[in-house]
Amino acid sequence: MGILRTFALGGIHPAENKLSSNAPIETLPVPKQAIIPLGQNLGAPSKAIVKKGDEVKVGQLLAEAGGFISTNIHSPVSGKVFKIDNAIDGSGYKRPCIIINVEGDIWDESIDTSPDIISEIVLSPKEIIEKIKNSGIVGLGGATFPTYVKLMPPPGKTAEFLIINGVECEPYLTSDHRMMLEKGQEIIIGTRILMEALNVKKAFIGIENNKPDAIRHMTELAKAYDGIEIQALKVQYPQGGEKQLIKASVNREVPSGKLPIEVGCVVQNVGTAFAVYEAVQKNKPLFERVVTVTGKAVKKPSNFLARIGTPISQLIEAAEGLPENTGKIIGGGPMMGKALTSLEIPVVKGSSGILIMEKEESSRSIEGPCIRCSKCTYVCPMGLEPFLLSKAAKLANYEMAESESIMDCIECGSCQYGCPAAIPLLDYLRLGKLKVGQIMRKRSQN
Amino acid sequence: MSKFTISGSPHIQGDESTKKIMYGVVIAMVPTMLFSIYFFGLDAIRVFLIAIAASLFFEWIIQKYLIKGPLTINDGSALVTAILLALNLPSNLPIWMIIIGALVAIGMAKMSFGGLGKNVFNPALVARVFLLVSFPVEMTSWPKPSPITDGLADVITGPTPLGIVKEGLGANKTMSELAPELPSYTQGLMGEMGGSMGEVSALALLLGGVYMLWKKIITWHIPVSMLLTVAIFSGIFWGVDPEHYADPIFHMLTGGMLLGAIFMATDMVTSPMTKGGQLIFGFGVGLLTILIRMWGAYPEGVSFAILIMNATVPLINRGFKPRRFGAKPGVVLTK
Repeated sequence: MGILRTFALGGIHPAENKLSSNAPIETLPVPKQAIIPLGQNLGAPSKAIVKKGDEVKVGQLLAEAGGFISTNIHSPVSGKVFKIDNAIDGSGYKRPCIIINVEGDIWDESIDTSPDIISEIVLSPKEIIEKIKNSGIVGLGGATFPTYVKLMPPPGKTAEFLIINGVECEPYLTSDHRMMLEKGQEIIIGTRILMEALNVKKAFIGIENNKPDAIRHMTELAKAYDGIEIQALKVQYPQGGEKQLIKASVNREVPSGKLPIEVGCVVQNVGTAFAVYEAVQKNKPLFERVVTVTGKAVKKPSNFLARIGTPISQLIEAAEGLPENTGKIIGGGPMMGKALTSLEIPVVKGSSGILIMEKEESSRSIEGPCIRCSKCTYVCPMGLEPFLLSKAAKLANYEMAESESIMDCIECGSCQYGCPAAIPLLDYLRLGKLKVGQIMRKRSQN
Repeated sequence: MSKFTISGSPHIQGDESTKKIMYGVVIAMVPTMLFSIYFFGLDAIRVFLIAIAASLFFEWIIQKYLIKGPLTINDGSALVTAILLALNLPSNLPIWMIIIGALVAIGMAKMSFGGLGKNVFNPALVARVFLLVSFPVEMTSWPKPSPITDGLADVITGPTPLGIVKEGLGANKTMSELAPELPSYTQGLMGEMGGSMGEVSALALLLGGVYMLWKKIITWHIPVSMLLTVAIFSGIFWGVDPEHYADPIFHMLTGGMLLGAIFMATDMVTSPMTKGGQLIFGFGVGLLTILIRMWGAYPEGVSFAILIMNATVPLINRGFKPRRFGAKPGVVLTK
């Protein structure tokens, strides 16, 4: 295959553990009660437009965007709004949620539920963006940035390349992999739609080389379309990071503090491309997604198509139950995912997977003194010095943290993964970023 | 409270650990230790045992009663320092001097800075230099290696090849006149020449270096830039005047050059954090070594060179930053 493309700076290769890569996507039954958090996207939370007692259908609008960087939320189930109340979500905090008691599974009539694949694009770019905006689509790779915002480059900037992220560099997760194998045609059409919306002539779909079946399948499908190229990438974490993927795909570096559009690129996840296809061609808003349920002790590592609002307990049950020695449950992958506090936390738009870790692998090793081995510096994909930044944060020297570019940190965790002294570097980096961010905002207000 | 563990990402940890790195260094030193035992016999074993016992004891007692921190003697770092110290000593050094060396290395150079990771100077080298200036006679009477297979003969002491060259050139002799007294390249490679316990066999040291490179304990930057600097500098002088300057290969094989380049200058704690910085550091060590060897008062300069460069590390770290992603336009935009 020759030399595979990848990003240049840093990177690690943790054990892949893609246990569920051969498990076809299974559709999960609708839950008895759906808990739909109002804050499911990066940016402002949505505003509920239904009230207690309202009857809703699947696909009906429940909440409207609460700002420019915000999204609509549609009902994933049919039934009666039980209450709008605070419930625990993936953040570990109680936050406003719409809770619906499910009755039947009645879909809004406007949704095309036929199995036909529609490849002809009839909408104009403007209409496409409007549709994506109204359908509540966010980046499904986990960042949950509203998709439509990315499709509207600021004045003076034009997109040149669309890059579709099929990297799935997180260990364990396989939802994107299964999507490419089973919904490849739809993803390619979704890519076409996004190209139309952005008016770009060239799209790359980046897939890591540990998914040769997906690379083959997608390459075969892409042949029928002009301007879509599948790129096989060398396996390296965090290649799914936007900036790393752009570097790997088109060899451009997004300048510090800028967005990908600065170098003419827009990056979207494969799951997002699929959601775009469904929204634009089938008039189906985003209310379900594929979630990987996996872990070394999980009896049946699976990929489920689950409605938003389904409690994760139901997904774990479908994967044949919570293992006895469960020590930690992670929403997302092991590198960037969040530890979950409860089994009643619902699936949200950004849920790519649920990883169940055994007790033995759940706790951290005891932190030792830094031996200045520089390994954190070698693996940092942003060219930062995590040992220095973490120390600056620890000592509350935020000026130094800022001048040493702490805000460039993408929180990929490579530094901490490789630290022989088991120093929780990323904990300190997150703290530092939070504080420096506050200082910077204050400064810009003055 | 949740019954599950809650902690920030990442939730998995690579299999690196401080202990693993330290014991990796110990493994890398095994060939050198075996060669020194082969050449210096029971004396070498004596030095190793005393240095190790004393170093671990000082580490333990200082950690327990002065720093009052958790037990650190099994993290391997004191063991590494102890073995490095032993490799820097002549095999006939009196026991009490070895113990003083261990106290200086562990107590003064390491623990007084706060322990592992906080020291500025390489502890074993601080101890070597301390002993050298305190006990110049004992620290420069080098036993001649006699393979253990020749039986336990009386120890004969003599100068190191570098000492022969320093003294000879100082007495207006030429290199060709000195040649009969110097070891051949093969002898240098195998270690059949006078010197401290770890300075003898270039082959054993290189073996350890390859192991550490393979295990990613060290990177090539410091040793290569240091040795290259030495080769180029000594090569220039030798090329101009081979009768008054030793050749580069002689410089490589003798004294603490390889021991320093592979095991001492690469010490993580006391070397720069970035690869650019490491190249500069290696260059500095190489340059200072040759300056001292050619014009300094001592025949050997590696220890001083490394210690001097250790002091510059904070400055190097400040000046040499890794290339930040997106900091400079690495590619021309097609617009």
